[in-house]
Amino acid sequence: MNPGNLLKVAINALKRNKMRSFLTMLGIIIGVASVITMLAIGQGSKKSIEDQIASMGSNMLFVMPGNMRMGGVQQGSSSSQRLTVADIKAIKTECDAIVAVSPEVRSSGQAVSGSSNWPTTIYGGSEQYLEIRSWSVVSGRNFTDTEAEGSAKVCLVGRTVADELFGEGIDPTGETIRFKNIPFKIIGVLEEKGQNSFGQDQDDVIIAPFTTVQKRVLAQTYIQSIQMSARSAEESELAISQVEEALRRTHKLRENEDNDFEVRSQEELATTMTSVTEILTILLGAIAGISLLVGGIGIMNIMYVSVTERTREIGLRMSVGGRSVDILLQFLIESILLSVFGGLIGIVLGFGASAIVEALTSWPITVMWSSVILAFVVCTVIGVFFGWYPARRAAELDPIDALRFE
Amino acid sequence: MKTIIDITSLKKDYHVGEVTVHALRGVDLKINEGEFVAIMGASGSGKSTMLNIIGCLDRPSDGIYLLDGVNVAGMSKNERAAIRNLKIGFVFQSYNLLSRTSALENVELPLMYNRLISTKERREKAIAALEAVGLAERMDHMPNQLSGGQQQRVAIARSLVNDPVVILADEATGNLDTRTSYEIMSLFQELNSKGKTIVFVTHEPDIAKCMTRSVVFRDGHIIREEDIKNRLNAAEMLTALPVEQD
Repeated sequence: MNPGNLLKVAINALKRNKMRSFLTMLGIIIGVASVITMLAIGQGSKKSIEDQIASMGSNMLFVMPGNMRMGGVQQGSSSSQRLTVADIKAIKTECDAIVAVSPEVRSSGQAVSGSSNWPTTIYGGSEQYLEIRSWSVVSGRNFTDTEAEGSAKVCLVGRTVADELFGEGIDPTGETIRFKNIPFKIIGVLEEKGQNSFGQDQDDVIIAPFTTVQKRVLAQTYIQSIQMSARSAEESELAISQVEEALRRTHKLRENEDNDFEVRSQEELATTMTSVTEILTILLGAIAGISLLVGGIGIMNIMYVSVTERTREIGLRMSVGGRSVDILLQFLIESILLSVFGGLIGIVLGFGASAIVEALTSWPITVMWSSVILAFVVCTVIGVFFGWYPARRAAELDPIDALRFE
Repeated sequence: MKTIIDITSLKKDYHVGEVTVHALRGVDLKINEGEFVAIMGASGSGKSTMLNIIGCLDRPSDGIYLLDGVNVAGMSKNERAAIRNLKIGFVFQSYNLLSRTSALENVELPLMYNRLISTKERREKAIAALEAVGLAERMDHMPNQLSGGQQQRVAIARSLVNDPVVILADEATGNLDTRTSYEIMSLFQELNSKGKTIVFVTHEPDIAKCMTRSVVFRDGHIIREEDIKNRLNAAEMLTALPVEQD
């Protein structure tokens, strides 16, 4: 039989049992739709974390105080006071792969203006802090180097803080706020960044010169972390080694001593954070894959029933000249049609489900074309694989027995 | 006259477990073009086996079988399928029409397995075959919309459509009442009078009398072979039947 006729015969056979064909396809439809949706969700949450990390700054590196040993006693990293302004100077002068460096000190407290008050966090940095965090000022100006070094009582406020203290949309530049009773003059408003993927409001901040936060707010001499920009993403490895070298020297660490600080790059952070979602994606995908497999077994089951039910038809087709291969192809095409049609509907449904999840979660959910192609290929393979045995059984029937079958 | 079926010392053994069943124990049979042969015999006599072998559904264990001059005894499964497709038409007791498939498509079926025939040609031949059995106006009907006799006519049209050298009918009137049986036999006689060679398995002597020759099987042998004298005309029988007034 020629391919066109084979296809027509298979389509007619499926049409004759519309409900059964649809229910059989349903297994594949659900399987494919869930594979596509799960992979899209996984990809979406990964992308949202990556976007988040990218929005933190460009080619960013951090130095965090690490574990350290004090007279044989291990101290936790939070209690470490090892990072100082001297480290910043060393990095500035010694590391040529670093283009910008800023200390970071932070403190939580109540910001007050007139009768309004708002709990927020103040971050202290150098003039380059905004550049490293790829943050810009929409109204007013950034503080200068002189202000940063000279404990000037100036600050930049995030949109949330401005809204809460002064009212929605009002530009508070030039006003004065008090943070932990220290008056700060607002010299600028930060560009709005919105929520990050953990639901944290990134605009709920005050940024001030680090010296001011250190001396007036926190009354401490050390700094909590150092933030830097590498010249390029490719050079971040080099930058890390340069920073480690510089800090080991300023911290006077001997050859056999471990670092008492940790240098991390943005990529590392991204990898750590996305690895969790990757594992999740694999798990979700695997579960969805199992449902696809179950769908395939459903096809096999129905094809076996169909072969038994149509034994006389098979006998008749053989008696009028159908060869084994014609019968084999007829049933194989039927099962491939079931799985491929099911797959196509499943793909459409997967797109729909992904769009719904996107609308509900506001994650940037993207259906990967690779997963669509994968689903389609898997469907065809399922059709061939699970259709093969029933089709073989049909093709190997003896026409005499098949015609006599009751 | 051309010999269509030429069988010489044909044997067929079946192996059922340890036991060997001799279904045919050396059969010689010649059927010429234009004959209408009744194959008769009790069940287990070997007549079904004979029909299966003549129809190339089965292969003999031994012997020679020339169909239309070609030895088909040693052919492979696929070769036999091709021979069935081109040279043989089957009519079964239970019609064996595809359900939920129109009469026309049922008749087209054998031609679907012939790659050399185009869609248009297939349709034309199928319509011609349905016309030959007087069912042209029912070509779009499904089998369940047709009576038993009409279904058997569709099956006969299907057996004609590939213009076979021989039509093999296996108890083709077995499921039909007397009146319809004679209708079908009259159709077979009409086809035969137009030159079709027909081999017809039956156990009803009345039906066999409509044919030109009878061959009787018993225990794997042909025990009697005779030309039928006083041949019945099915069409006349039909008019002679009393009309049921109910």
